[in-house]
Amino acid sequence: MARLAGRRALFAVPVLLVVTFGVFAIAAASPFDPVKAYAGTSALGADQQTLDRLRENLGVDQPFAARWWHWLTSALSGDLGHSGVMRQPVAQVIGERLVWSALLCAVAFAAAVLVGTLLGVLAARRPGSLVDRTVTSLAYTLEAAPVFWIALLAIWLFALQWDVLPAGGLTDTGSEQVTPGQVTSHLVLPAGVLAVSQLPWFTLYVRQGVGDALAEDPVRGARARGLSERTVLLGHALRSGLLPVLTLIGSRVPELITGALLVESVFSWPGIAAATVEAATAVDFPLLAALTTLATAAVLAGNLLADLLYGLFDPRVKLSDM
Amino acid sequence: MSTRRIRGAAVTAALAAAVTACSAPSGGSGDGKSAGSVVLGVASEPDTLSPLLGYGKDGNSKIFDGLLARDADLRLKPALAAGLPKITDGGRTYTYTLRDGVEFSDGEPLTAADVVYTYRTALDPKTNNTFKSELDAVKDVRANGDHQVVFTLKYPYAPFAARTVLPVVPEHIAGEQDPNTGSFNTKPVGTGPYVLAGWSKGEKLTFKANPRYWDGEPKVKTFTMAVIGDDNVRATRLRSGDLDGAVLPPNLAATFQGDDAKRTYEARSYDFRAVTLPTANQVTGDRAIRRALDAAVDREAMVDKILDGAGRPAYGPLPVDDPAFTEDIERAKDLGKAEKILDEAGWKPGKDGIRAKDGQRASFDLLYPSGDKVRQDHALAYASDAKKAGIDVRVESATWEVIEPRMKDDAVLAGFGSTGDPDFGLYTLLHSSLAGDGFNNMARYDNPAVDRALDDGRRGQDPAERESAYDKLQRALVQDPGYTFLTHIDHLYVLADRWEGLNTQLEPHEHGFASGPWWNIEDWQPKK
Repeated sequence: MARLAGRRALFAVPVLLVVTFGVFAIAAASPFDPVKAYAGTSALGADQQTLDRLRENLGVDQPFAARWWHWLTSALSGDLGHSGVMRQPVAQVIGERLVWSALLCAVAFAAAVLVGTLLGVLAARRPGSLVDRTVTSLAYTLEAAPVFWIALLAIWLFALQWDVLPAGGLTDTGSEQVTPGQVTSHLVLPAGVLAVSQLPWFTLYVRQGVGDALAEDPVRGARARGLSERTVLLGHALRSGLLPVLTLIGSRVPELITGALLVESVFSWPGIAAATVEAATAVDFPLLAALTTLATAAVLAGNLLADLLYGLFDPRVKLSDM
Repeated sequence: MSTRRIRGAAVTAALAAAVTACSAPSGGSGDGKSAGSVVLGVASEPDTLSPLLGYGKDGNSKIFDGLLARDADLRLKPALAAGLPKITDGGRTYTYTLRDGVEFSDGEPLTAADVVYTYRTALDPKTNNTFKSELDAVKDVRANGDHQVVFTLKYPYAPFAARTVLPVVPEHIAGEQDPNTGSFNTKPVGTGPYVLAGWSKGEKLTFKANPRYWDGEPKVKTFTMAVIGDDNVRATRLRSGDLDGAVLPPNLAATFQGDDAKRTYEARSYDFRAVTLPTANQVTGDRAIRRALDAAVDREAMVDKILDGAGRPAYGPLPVDDPAFTEDIERAKDLGKAEKILDEAGWKPGKDGIRAKDGQRASFDLLYPSGDKVRQDHALAYASDAKKAGIDVRVESATWEVIEPRMKDDAVLAGFGSTGDPDFGLYTLLHSSLAGDGFNNMARYDNPAVDRALDDGRRGQDPAERESAYDKLQRALVQDPGYTFLTHIDHLYVLADRWEGLNTQLEPHEHGFASGPWWNIEDWQPKK
């Protein structure tokens, strides 16, 4: 297990190098002008001399490979550089925002896995029953619905019509401190919407996995031995039915990141996703590179986690063979 | 066992403390809220809160003060200076005497050295701001003792005093760090009526009243600027009571008409929408075409249909509300006149109704920045008006990255407008020496009479002399309209009705954060 993790970590190094280099290359090739992005709306009234001066000061004329190398060497020595668009050190930008994004994603993900498993098992118990048909069609409907649309719908229903939950932000707009109670009440809607957007996949996969397992010999044998339906379902079917879901968990990380991006912007959630969009359109190299590294690392870690879990839960898989 | 109980008690106590730590009044319901706190929804937040990089450079920053400030009618009044500047040496020397007893919110006294540091840093080419060119006239700034600041100009520059609304920063804090990246950008300290209590980027900024403020502590003790980019979400949160006020587009502001607890404020503005007519283009560079377009557009209809009446027809760059506006240049739509001008100039209608002259069709592209619905509507209305006169305008949306290289050949639906002095907005828009210089004079307009009027208006020391220069300029623009000015748009704000005597200023193109009914929030009085 440790060997697998170690090997993966070694493999991650070239991947991260390639990805960050790729980001620098794409950003350099993009039509966005870092100087205009830096100056924002005031660029639209600026004279050429000012724009040229900014270009020189920001050092955006160097070839991207040189800038990438410069970024890499200082990042390795612990200096992530300054974000031009945020006018803050990159480490500070990430420090301020990462915790909120992590909280949002973790809560949403946990909720999606739990509810998805529950619904999937309920549906798989009697394929073709009313419960199964309801759950399946609901899952397909949600799969087709865009996240931002669900988010706006949720705001309309819970915040406007019923006035039970706040419509956005991290805390009440009028309050000055971040308190656990406030964050919790503000987290419900965005996390709920993000969970709902991830739900259909899990539900359908669990339903398929458990349904297949229920038709297999071990389950038939267990039933024949007169074991209770509950033991059969939870002890036999669920255990082998959840295996495909475990691999899925890791591979859903990128989906989760893009979903979080939309949800954060609709709910004015001060997370890292909003900063990513800004960094990308502003060609803010240091911030963009750091955020990309972070996202890539998250994906790699997700995949590693899935493999480790697989090895732990599936007796047919040997970690030493991976 | 007992340790566990103690630990449990400690956790409970900590949680209780955390919950009660919220000292702010909780929002949520729209009724019965105190007038001592305000929550406002705006569309965007500043990139930085450092005046050295441009925050509050046109005044109305709540954290800082400039040497001068503006009142409701945009007249200059003393702020950190004890009075208006003494102008000597034929308009080349401006001397300001500082107000006594002003302190920064950290308790340090304000001195002339802070003012000198502010202007010198803003003028330093290594400082990454975009407004350095606005202070181009300054040759030197120096302190004369602790209470006097002397500006020496390169040339007599009549509107210079209006530039000194630039906020003053404390040298003892900002001087210790890099102005481009230092923490002062996010944790500013100033002399203003409010101090920054917190800034959650992309979400909100909170401000607290500054008890040390030299003009008395404000009645509104806390205010919050919530950053909500989407117009619909902003309106939604205003309706749910989460916000007390917000900046809104006309169609959404109209939905609050029936709400008795809220008032709508319409701010007149310098913010115009115009079509640039590039001089280099065969069609738009032709004076007959320009004059015909100017006569063919129905400005009144644009104000009614596109802006729901929240605006004014624009007959030139200066709004009809501006004291410097030349009244007799107002002109109604006159399609007959447009056709006559074109006929006389030899632009003859072809088979498809589009005119042509010497094989050149009267046709050009008009670009507008994508996603801006108000500009899109203006562009389409303009094209349909032009078509009636036999001119074919092809409307196209694009991002600024695409528009910029095409500005010298293709028309653009532009929006500009600066407050403070006619010179600020007009010089950069019309002077031939700035043709195609960045985003200045996008149409590359070149008219000697207009250039002369701009120079006279800039250097003249006598107000009457300046007024006549800008009068000449506006008349010359009507003779050769290098831009078709369409409308000046009002900015709309909806606000809970809990305070007395709110008003708005004439606002610039940039708005929402610094302008709006909250431009003087430190003066608001709660309703009895």
